[in-house]
Amino acid sequence: MSAFSTARTRATPRWNLRQREAVLFYLCIAPWIIGFLLFYLGPILASFYFSLTEWDLLTPPKFIGLANYARIFTRDPLAIKSFKVTLVYTLAYVPTDLAFGLLLALLLNRKLRGIGVFRTVYYLPSVLSGVAYVVMWMWMFNPQHGLINTLLSYLHIQGPRWLLDPKWALPSLIIMSLWGVGRSMVIFLAGLQDIPNELYESADIDGANLWHKFWKITLPLLSPSILFNLIFGIILTFQSFTNAFIATNGGPLDSTLFFVLYLYRKAFEHLQMGYASALAWLLFVIVLVCTLVIFLTSGKWVFYRSVEE
Amino acid sequence: MASLKSTIKASTELDTLQPGHWRRNIWNLVIYLMLILGSIMFILPLFWALSSSFKSDYQVMQYPPQWIPDPIRWQNYPEALTYVPFGRFALNTLIIAVGAITGNLLSCTLIAYGFARLRAPGKDFLFIVMLSTMMLVEPVRIIPMYIEFKALDWIDTFLPLIVPAFFGSPFYIFLLRQFFMNIPRELEEAALIDGANRLQILWRVILPISKPALAAVAIFNFQGVWNDFLYPLVFLHNQNNYTIALGLNFFRSSYTVHWGYLMAASIVALLPIVVVFFFAQRYFIQGITFTGIKG
Repeated sequence: MSAFSTARTRATPRWNLRQREAVLFYLCIAPWIIGFLLFYLGPILASFYFSLTEWDLLTPPKFIGLANYARIFTRDPLAIKSFKVTLVYTLAYVPTDLAFGLLLALLLNRKLRGIGVFRTVYYLPSVLSGVAYVVMWMWMFNPQHGLINTLLSYLHIQGPRWLLDPKWALPSLIIMSLWGVGRSMVIFLAGLQDIPNELYESADIDGANLWHKFWKITLPLLSPSILFNLIFGIILTFQSFTNAFIATNGGPLDSTLFFVLYLYRKAFEHLQMGYASALAWLLFVIVLVCTLVIFLTSGKWVFYRSVEE
Repeated sequence: MASLKSTIKASTELDTLQPGHWRRNIWNLVIYLMLILGSIMFILPLFWALSSSFKSDYQVMQYPPQWIPDPIRWQNYPEALTYVPFGRFALNTLIIAVGAITGNLLSCTLIAYGFARLRAPGKDFLFIVMLSTMMLVEPVRIIPMYIEFKALDWIDTFLPLIVPAFFGSPFYIFLLRQFFMNIPRELEEAALIDGANRLQILWRVILPISKPALAAVAIFNFQGVWNDFLYPLVFLHNQNNYTIALGLNFFRSSYTVHWGYLMAASIVALLPIVVVFFFAQRYFIQGITFTGIKG
């Protein structure tokens, strides 16, 4: 606080108004700049350096060039497997989440009585993430006494062993995460409420049906929200860790061994800090490239209304 | 033409039970049915967990299951919560949450105000850098941060989970910046003419009208700390320092067959967020609206 007044009084005689404002700006954001160097840029660069070393935390890091990266691609089938698991999960989960989120938002955007209650019900699970959420779902998926197989048994269906079955474990995690679809739903809902009603009214006059209105009005005007959900969905899903760590610990038969779970094991269980850093950097680059590609191609399908402000 | 007009009217009409629009009413009925069916699916996991949390080990395995347990086994709660020191875990989590929220409110307001109101060379570039850190893959930071905090001898203290908050968090900075941008400049200009400095303006003019945005930051931050798992897992090892998430995970790995206990502990761990959600739902929604991510 005092930094403000001293900088100000000292600055007054020498600096003009604009310069003083600039100095004040940099003083205001100084915490962020320091934090950025200490907790973002520094760690990212350090992580790249570590990725070129062999390091067990006990002895000093030994520089080994790109050997860690070579190891990922040539001598570590588990790393490749964990990447495939993550990729399959992302490709299955993100579009499903977007589709359900959009569907729910469309249903909930109608002006019906009691719609607020429905919005609350669908949104609530998405604020509950973490261990309790996962433990609850482990009980849902329990093959003998869980709710899902109990309900299936009423229909005379023998449910699978869910999290314990290598074929069903990954789909189980997808179902588990879809309970949190409210996150993308709310963003779609905010986007929908921004679409002016007049557009639909004039479409009605032109005799457009629901299907046309959806494809010609709703979807194009919602494309910024779709882009947002797509990018954040991909970034978050590529980093999935907690759910699998708790529910399956990567099993059965490594069928849910997510990339970050593998990275965590290498770093904090096997103390291979150098190798784990190489895995982290690989993930960083992959997600960065994915995000950039989506951004750069988004000009073709994302429709921005002319600037109104 | 008349029918056309009435269709338009109906589409903007709040009252769904108006006679004569049977097609619209059937459509609404279908939507209601879908919403009700979906709601049941969304509520069932919570209901099932709550119901199981009042069951004995024997009741949990009964088939067909009792939806409302008879007898209700209230003891699950005190018993589960004393198996491992959940009170301690909750206190630890609260300490971290209060520290982190304080840090974020102090730093993010200042940083956001700078980005929202002050002109300086390099500002746009720095803003883009800040936004891009929101999209950062967290695991790339965690190993160097672990080493950083280990060198400071901060492992197994709450400091790694609190101190970074005093340097701002990109999402909260962005949220507050968007909110500040929408405050009319005239409010500040009047105070500037009266001779107030920028800090006084921030404190006396901006912050009092920014309560909803500050509340949104505090709530998001509380939710984040309460649910966080990876960072506490890496930074806290001693059981005395466990957060509620680590404690629940420890409890799960040790008492995995006692589903009644596990559900009781899970319900208690979920409860604070559910309560905050019901009292502050509008802040959750507003937080999303403030950031203008709707496009």
